[in-house]
Amino acid sequence: MNDELRYMLARTVQGKMNRRNFLGRAAAVGLTAAAANTMLATGLKAQTPQKGGVLKIGMQGGGSTDSLDPALAANQVTFQLLKLFGDPLVELDPKGGPVQMRLAEAVESTPDAKQWTFKIRKGIKFHNGKDLTPDDVLATLKRHSDENSKSGALGVMQGIESMKVDGDNVVVSLTEANADLPYLMADYHLVIEPNGGMDDPASGIGTGAYKVMVNEPGVRYVFEKFDEYWDESQGHFAGVEILVINDNTARTSALQSGQIHVANRIDPKVAGLMGRAPSIDVKNVSGKGHYVFIMHCNTAPFDNNDLRLALKYAINRQEMVDKVLQGYGTIGNDFPINASYPLFDDSIEQRTYDPDKAAFHYKKSGHDGTPIVMRTSDVAFSGALDASALFQQTAKASGIPLEIKREPGDGYWSDVWNVQPFCASYWGGRPVQDQMYSTAYLSTADWNDTRFDNPAFDKLLVEAKGELDQAKRKEMYSQMAYMVRDEGGVILPMFNDFICAITTDVQGWVEDPNQDLMNGLVAHKCWFA
Amino acid sequence: MIKSIIGHPVVLLVAHRIAMGLLLLFAASLLIFAGTQILPGDVAQSILGQSATPQALANLRAELGLNEPAVTRYISWLVGALHGDLGTALTNGQDIADAMGRRLGNTLFLAGCAAIIAVPLALTLGLVSVRYQGRWPDKVISAVTLASVSVPEFLLGYIVMFIMAVRLHAFPSVSTVYDSMSLLERLNAIALPVTVLVLVVLGHMMRMTRAAILNVMQSAYIETAELKGMRPFRIIWRHALPNAIAPVVNVVMLNLAYLVVGVVVVEVVFVYPGMGQYLVDHVAKRDVPVVQACGLVFAAVYIGLNMIADVVSILANPRLRHPK
Repeated sequence: MNDELRYMLARTVQGKMNRRNFLGRAAAVGLTAAAANTMLATGLKAQTPQKGGVLKIGMQGGGSTDSLDPALAANQVTFQLLKLFGDPLVELDPKGGPVQMRLAEAVESTPDAKQWTFKIRKGIKFHNGKDLTPDDVLATLKRHSDENSKSGALGVMQGIESMKVDGDNVVVSLTEANADLPYLMADYHLVIEPNGGMDDPASGIGTGAYKVMVNEPGVRYVFEKFDEYWDESQGHFAGVEILVINDNTARTSALQSGQIHVANRIDPKVAGLMGRAPSIDVKNVSGKGHYVFIMHCNTAPFDNNDLRLALKYAINRQEMVDKVLQGYGTIGNDFPINASYPLFDDSIEQRTYDPDKAAFHYKKSGHDGTPIVMRTSDVAFSGALDASALFQQTAKASGIPLEIKREPGDGYWSDVWNVQPFCASYWGGRPVQDQMYSTAYLSTADWNDTRFDNPAFDKLLVEAKGELDQAKRKEMYSQMAYMVRDEGGVILPMFNDFICAITTDVQGWVEDPNQDLMNGLVAHKCWFA
Repeated sequence: MIKSIIGHPVVLLVAHRIAMGLLLLFAASLLIFAGTQILPGDVAQSILGQSATPQALANLRAELGLNEPAVTRYISWLVGALHGDLGTALTNGQDIADAMGRRLGNTLFLAGCAAIIAVPLALTLGLVSVRYQGRWPDKVISAVTLASVSVPEFLLGYIVMFIMAVRLHAFPSVSTVYDSMSLLERLNAIALPVTVLVLVVLGHMMRMTRAAILNVMQSAYIETAELKGMRPFRIIWRHALPNAIAPVVNVVMLNLAYLVVGVVVVEVVFVYPGMGQYLVDHVAKRDVPVVQACGLVFAAVYIGLNMIADVVSILANPRLRHPK
């Protein structure tokens, strides 16, 4: 099928072009009426989910050290595995709205947002045939909140005072108010296991749409549709196969040669070229992850806000998005929140590259002109070396001497990040603003990698957390954004897109900014044409 | 009779060589153990990560026996390894001998397939180039094998992948193999990595064969054979090759060792679940028992193959086989 015809077919199916016009145009490119009709029928059929087929996903981010234990999941592949074989209580909404109900069918809180009640859905079966009970939910939450569990969700479970089962409900009491608790329960580690996985944490048994059939860590995983899956609107494939393909070129070749249907983490450098291939669609969505240059606000010379501002004005954000991300990203505004978060204030003025202002603040800071050492490494983020070189050039134009020190990738996260006063780094997003700020900007946070210490900010953060009035909350988060943007130690030039590529026979793609591969739900929501 | 065999100088030489190999393996095990001990950072710390509590660290150290002196740990590790017990992986708790056995099997399968094609091909090409020395077949063979050996193997991998998988759809670009595959499916899956490996090792072996035989071709007895009126191929095959066997076997063994221990790049490019990728994954996670086990296996393969090369050269030398 030629491209024009395919485009027209897509428009007709979407209702943007009528049937008669389509048949006319098809005749114009030399198609018989019968063939055009058949094509249209197939096109329309593709719009409603079809059952069957084995979806093959080629993924970066797995290793032979991976385990099926949800507590230990920490990379892209294990994240995807959990989504396939398990269900959380609630799931994040692709459009940034309230959470969607999964194993919980209703969530309520007391007016002070300190006690939350999750009503557990009935009639749900685990892959081993057992029924899901509120006790399984309680045991799961307990396992992940245990200090010795090594769970990746320990951080989000920390504010919990007590939990109990009450009939069909699981009741969670918090030490302090948290209006965001349902969002935190969508954490990907918190898939419900039989008896919470206390007996066999890595059994791979959950309530999810697909059952684990083959588990070869770091090589491949095979799943089969779970016939008794409770949600009939999801999970259309007969099976799913995940191949771990960490090499970028190997992954794109596998997609091009038709060995896989979906590839994650497409390199921005080749995304444009891949999109031109006739049987491949590149899907990019602006995510919450971002690339940063971080300064310690308590270490000279970065303890001077004018110097920090000078550096913030001296970076050319648009150029970085264009050259480092090849356009697959959006510019940042020196605070870690963008439009993909709930309660984002889009009226905050965008900071732009301004050599004059940079020179002004640099002069005002009274810096002695010795080179400012910035540490960087290719593991800081993809393209970090290029971004650092660009930053050095634009800073030079304002008379700010940056010296780039390239550090080895091995040990960068233990010896440089959060240790040295000025370095390149990245952050993955968090589901809600509170969690992002509490993780990295609260003065007492372990990962406060900019050593940001602002009592007014800390106070607002705690207040906003317990505020159930959404308008007031939004206003508070806006104030906090200004504090970080104008006084903080983070230079945030860009938010990176999640870039995936799929073959054109995969239908039903939904944009989801929460994580890679439609927040890991590609096998739940898509189908084969 | 038996006494004469034992006392035979060749047997003594071979025995000596084997003993040296075992001693070398022992020294290698010592180096591997020492090397993993001086890796920066405490093993328990790197397993538990930055959020480790002092109590958890102490528990894990006791569990791993890290409080014992290094000599004690080395001896118990070595004794375990000699009994085939390599311990369990720290990261995912799998039995190392079991997990590594499957990976080693895959690696040997790939290396074996590559060797079955590469070794006879290299010898034949070497003989052909000697026969047509300085003429066009020699030049073409030299140019092609030198070119393929000069291109970095990952690039060679990408080129082969682009042509054979993306353009022609002849073979899969992802070479994942698993238990339920039939032999034919496996061979189909590994066609591309085998092609790359053959291209990588071919040049070296072919050049060495050519050089070694040419060296012998200068000898007086070759001239005699020529004067007798023997056909050139027969001279090379019957008289030159047997006398050039020692250096050829040496280079063949070196390349076989490379096929087993050095193919990590090819494994990554073609996503082949072999030893190299297994080792790299575990080095990144500081999974010391696995790293030690892999190191030991690699050392054993390397030393073993070199030992075979030496033994073959000894046996191929008539002066040693038939002493006066």
